[in-house]
Amino acid sequence: MKFIPDPIGKFFHRMASPPHFYALAGQMIPWLTGIFLVLLGYGLFAGLYLAPTDYQQGDSYRIIYIHVPSAWMSLFIYIVMALAGAIGLIWRIKLAEIMAISSASVGASFTFIALVTGSLWGKPMWGTWWVWDARLTSELILLFLYLGVMGLYNAIDDKRTASKAVAILALVGVVNIPIIHYSVEWWNTLHQGPTVTKMDKPSIHISMLIPLLTMAVAFKFYYVIAVLQRARLELLQRERTSAWVKKLVMEQSK
Amino acid sequence: MYAFFAIVRRDLRLALRKRAEIINPLLFFVLVITLFPLGVGAKPMLLQAIAPGIIWVSALLAAMLSLDSLFRSDFDDGALEQLVLSPQPLSVLVLGKILAHWLVTGLPLVIIAPLLAILLGLSAKTISILLITLLLGTPVLSLIGAIGVALTVGLRRGGMILSLLVLPLYVPVLIFAANAVEMAQLGLPVMAQINMLAAMLVLACVLAPWPTAAALKMSMS
Repeated sequence: MKFIPDPIGKFFHRMASPPHFYALAGQMIPWLTGIFLVLLGYGLFAGLYLAPTDYQQGDSYRIIYIHVPSAWMSLFIYIVMALAGAIGLIWRIKLAEIMAISSASVGASFTFIALVTGSLWGKPMWGTWWVWDARLTSELILLFLYLGVMGLYNAIDDKRTASKAVAILALVGVVNIPIIHYSVEWWNTLHQGPTVTKMDKPSIHISMLIPLLTMAVAFKFYYVIAVLQRARLELLQRERTSAWVKKLVMEQSK
Repeated sequence: MYAFFAIVRRDLRLALRKRAEIINPLLFFVLVITLFPLGVGAKPMLLQAIAPGIIWVSALLAAMLSLDSLFRSDFDDGALEQLVLSPQPLSVLVLGKILAHWLVTGLPLVIIAPLLAILLGLSAKTISILLITLLLGTPVLSLIGAIGVALTVGLRRGGMILSLLVLPLYVPVLIFAANAVEMAQLGLPVMAQINMLAAMLVLACVLAPWPTAAALKMSMS
């Protein structure tokens, strides 16, 4: 019995073959970069210029156009990483392993950006750079989880084994993130409540929401670009003895 | 089931032949707690206020340092390879090893904790709550820690990386346990925290052996 129809299976096989992926990613990156720049340009323009000033927070609230998308990305990438890791573990797809580990450092940087912009915002608003508030603390712990993943990957010499280890760790982390999040939330809360994901009626005005969502999509594109480039590099390093890489180098050096 | 108890018996016997491995985490625990009054000053009020945190953080660190002995000697002499190859499900064998390990490293911490709590000036009722949180919490530490050790047992210098992997995962246990003791000090109800700890223990018992077994297989390959 087969769960996956043939054409889809063939498509995945083709996609997962390293030379094919390498070439396709190389072709996609310029397009993605174009879309990313357009979205980023509009998002920044709309967020910093068109959107009205907040009646309480003045212009300092505008940091949310960086802060909130980074915070969303930090969680999103962790889940993507765990999923890719699981796919790599179950079907032994080399490319999924590479995607998982390439996501780790991008996710860690987004987490770091969210923490830094958060503390820059906290100084004028709360009067302090850092408070031991629930969301700040769980974001910090998320950063440690990312660093753990990266540390473990670098500590194991054989990269196939390292990918497996990283996948197991990422899956354990995914189970733990909600537990950590809610326990920390229960422990202490000062952060302002969610303003966008309230389902009935977002308490953020539409003129501020559109730039925010644009920035969020732009960040997604940036993530795809960054992860594809990292994956290409990682692929070249792992496959440096294979025929297609040698051919590639020969063609380039001509 | 027979294999489970066989593993527990074997590991307990091995541990009793090498008593240093039982004593060291215990000494570490006592020493770290002794350092705090020296560091923050001998102010009874302050010590009493931060005692739950001190005891739990020290227990966390002691549990983490003792983790290395969980698989190390079996990995070195090849017994671990035999466990992986055996027809019994590896997760059950792993659970047996973790239980034996907790009995020789976690339980002594629980037993000596009241003495240290008295040194820090906790009341009798608070100490009983502290004991309950330690009894429920330290097995969770062993279970979660086992995943970390299984991932790093093949590495020559796994110590530092192990703490990076395991400590963030210990956060929920620390929060609920230390909070329960603090609430008990103030005379407030602590059932919620105790229930949460018990839930974590059940969850860890069921879920943790799987990734541990998978990680061990990975480390052996």
